[in-house]
Amino acid sequence: MAELIKVGMADLKVARHPSVLTTLGLGSCVGIALYENKIRVIGLAHIMLPSSTISLNVVNRAKFADTAIVDLIDKMIDLGADKNNIVAKLAGGAQMFSFSSGHEIMRIGQRNIEAARSILKELQIPIISEDVGGNYGRTIELSSKDGMLKVKSIGAGIKFI
Amino acid sequence: MGNGFDFGTLSSFHLDVLREIGNIGAGNAATALAKLLHKKIDMNVPQIRVMDFSEVSDMLGGAEIQVVGILLEVNGDITGNMMFILDIQSSQLLVNFLMGRPSQTDLEFDEITLSALKEIGNILAGSYLTALSNLTNLKIMPSVPGLAIDMAGAILSVPAIEFGKTSDVVLYIENEFTDGVNSVIGNLFLIPDHESCNRLLQALGVV
Repeated sequence: MAELIKVGMADLKVARHPSVLTTLGLGSCVGIALYENKIRVIGLAHIMLPSSTISLNVVNRAKFADTAIVDLIDKMIDLGADKNNIVAKLAGGAQMFSFSSGHEIMRIGQRNIEAARSILKELQIPIISEDVGGNYGRTIELSSKDGMLKVKSIGAGIKFI
Repeated sequence: MGNGFDFGTLSSFHLDVLREIGNIGAGNAATALAKLLHKKIDMNVPQIRVMDFSEVSDMLGGAEIQVVGILLEVNGDITGNMMFILDIQSSQLLVNFLMGRPSQTDLEFDEITLSALKEIGNILAGSYLTALSNLTNLKIMPSVPGLAIDMAGAILSVPAIEFGKTSDVVLYIENEFTDGVNSVIGNLFLIPDHESCNRLLQALGVV
């Protein structure tokens, strides 16, 4: 059986086949799932903020979309992945609360999604599917078998992307 | 963190000061609940902890556990967020009390229930903010609350993100309210922004 490896909030992990990477309760955070289909290496990051440049305190590179994606790809290459064969899937980036004030905190999910897309584009990693936005939390599981991403939520059920 | 000050470096003396605020706030909250529910409500001395954000969802029973989250923005002399988390069972008890239904009635998340939960969150959060405001002489105003019912991890990600810009720790206050038969556990998280954290501690005379 494939080993189930947990990725925490502001955390990233990579694994060889056979394995499953999972992260629980994505809200406004975004899960960035990468898959290399030749030697079947997977990587998953659970990012909280779009960019390390807006933080006063960059201790944890896995917290930010920009630094996390770069580190994730490096780690996959260390396991033998070919960068040209890596594809990406995104999930999360919800708006959990709605306020009339339109405070910046309420748009963070959208900004996380946009940051992840633009960094992946810059690094020439194609995004092949997404389940993003909305107003609900998600748990995701990335399988090394075929790069399938299982997305679970309380209200919207289970889907595979 | 420059001349900053974060909750992670608080001594036991500082925590005692915050615990006292928690006590007074919980007292206010119990009084407010008693009025709202027309019942005698006792409270347990709250547990106050400074914790790492990654521990928070585990403490609530796991990142996938369904909880009710009530989020308020705080404005005035200090700015930031306050979040109140209730487990489903506690929410059910509170709402059923409030609506005069048998305590075992299943919770349905209809409009009335949602606004009852918002009101409960509003009152409880207001109780703490009043205690804090009185002790510090700072003007602290809560916004109209927002409500979400979803996975604990997803709900907590909202204040975690805001706090994550500066630090990874959070001030956590646990309360238990009881009418002698049933008890309700409320989890309160105070997440002042970086500057407000300093201002708050200065006003308390701890830095």
